[in-house]
Amino acid sequence: MNVQLKQKIAFSVLFFCTLLVVVPVLIILVIIFVKGASAMSFSFLTEMPTNGMTAGGIFPAILGTLYLVLGAIIFAVPLGVLSAIYLVEYSRDNALSRIVKLAIVNLAGVPSVVYGLFGLGIFVLFLGFGASILSGSLTLGIMILPVIITSSREALESVPQSFRIVSLSLGASKWQTIRYSVLPHALPGILTGTILGLGRAAGETAPILFTVAAFYLPKLPQSVFDQTMALPYHLYVISTQVPGIPENVRYGTALVLLMLVLILNLSAIILRYQFRKRKKW
Amino acid sequence: MLIRKIKEFFIERMIFLSGIMSIVIVALIFAFLLKEGLSIFWRVPISDFLFARNWYPISDPPQFGILPLIIGSILVTAGAGIISIPIGIASALFIAEIAPRKTKEVLKAGIELLAAIPSVVIGFIGMVTLGPFIKNLFNLSTGLTALSGSITLAFMAMPTIVSIAEDAITAVPRQYREAAIAMGATKWQTTWRIVALAARPGMVAAVMLGIGRVIGETMAVMMVTGNAALIPHSILQPVRTLTATVAAEMGETVQGGEHYAALFAIGIVLFIITFIINGVADIYLHKVKK
Repeated sequence: MNVQLKQKIAFSVLFFCTLLVVVPVLIILVIIFVKGASAMSFSFLTEMPTNGMTAGGIFPAILGTLYLVLGAIIFAVPLGVLSAIYLVEYSRDNALSRIVKLAIVNLAGVPSVVYGLFGLGIFVLFLGFGASILSGSLTLGIMILPVIITSSREALESVPQSFRIVSLSLGASKWQTIRYSVLPHALPGILTGTILGLGRAAGETAPILFTVAAFYLPKLPQSVFDQTMALPYHLYVISTQVPGIPENVRYGTALVLLMLVLILNLSAIILRYQFRKRKKW
Repeated sequence: MLIRKIKEFFIERMIFLSGIMSIVIVALIFAFLLKEGLSIFWRVPISDFLFARNWYPISDPPQFGILPLIIGSILVTAGAGIISIPIGIASALFIAEIAPRKTKEVLKAGIELLAAIPSVVIGFIGMVTLGPFIKNLFNLSTGLTALSGSITLAFMAMPTIVSIAEDAITAVPRQYREAAIAMGATKWQTTWRIVALAARPGMVAAVMLGIGRVIGETMAVMMVTGNAALIPHSILQPVRTLTATVAAEMGETVQGGEHYAALFAIGIVLFIITFIINGVADIYLHKVKK
């Protein structure tokens, strides 16, 4: 066969495969947007569910997800950033740092439901926090830790070595150098990672199944030791556990969750793009 | 000056402690899984737990054989692999080598969006669209089958496979391509026989991490596979995976009871499987860096 023809066929096959990956994404988005739009209204977003969740709004689930995500970030960002500083600025290429890196890779690969089991074992039972916002946030926080460490590491590594050398040569201590010459330049990258972590935490269901999520609560949580409803779990419940939920409520809930996650991810993508464009070194 | 030194001493200790926190957490996860799960092996020997054919945790007497769940996980994962590996690698080749710059950016953004969609949303869409489609296509009583699970999971493995394979392909030195073209090879011959070959370790890592993702996936697979804890005879029957079993049954157990311990023991099995997969993938990724 003619090599040019062969190339044409091969490229077409590859192109077709790529379409198989990307087109269904568009189809999913379009289906959810079209079918969910009819449920969208101010009251859907701000009211409590009524009539066994077949009517009313999904406000407690939205609020619960915001609480959980906020709690996860408060826990994971300081820990993740410090951990990245250790890896980039302090550790040498020795056995310890290799084990740390392997541990991070493994944390990223642990199934989400295993995080749920871990949270149940350590936070809910062993530390006695019960099924609560605190337990759920900590579980989600540990789950997104690898995301935050990895992106913070990349951000710190992208700061040129000369910045550190100049600062040190002017008599600054190691920590002053990190604090004033390295961290400010790594901040946009760290922020991008944080937002990606937020999106991940907002969408996960399995880690919160046994640590915090409530099927239905008549009132809003009052403290970090209360259970809460959450968007992803609510979508799971109304699409598999409760019969007779109107279709547009299900699609509406999926749309709200999807919008939340997509907006977070899009802002991370835009932030990263802006950052790369502005970077002068 | 002294105060500053003391302050920095504490800050650097904190940095070190945070640095090794990942090791501590991995150890804690394993320790707590063992603490809650090991007691099941007093009652059921490990070989029976892994290879007995019946999972009837709430009958009297209960039976804790996870073989049907292991087969469920393997079947769904194999199906997902057969679909996602060739398509994923082909897409990675297209995006890295063939697509023009603008198209490339758009495609990469699309794949990033796919990675961002929560698994419960993918499960929901699979349930309402793919389920009925499979049911009508094969004339089944239910469309929630191993096949539906495989297709859904194949889709969810794509972002991992495509992005890691694409990185590996992009990392192949330019001289390889230039040398091949200079020898008179066409672009396709270069891509297929030189670049793809050189990127093979990275592609292996991509496939392994994709499979790791599939085995660990919980919500989507629980929603679309029909959840029957029986050994299936074909991919058109409902199955239940290891992950889905834990997620679906933990709510009904008594804390500290046998069923509860058995679910934690499934957690141990999952943890060990993903630990091995990620470890091996990491070795291949290091080969790429060299």
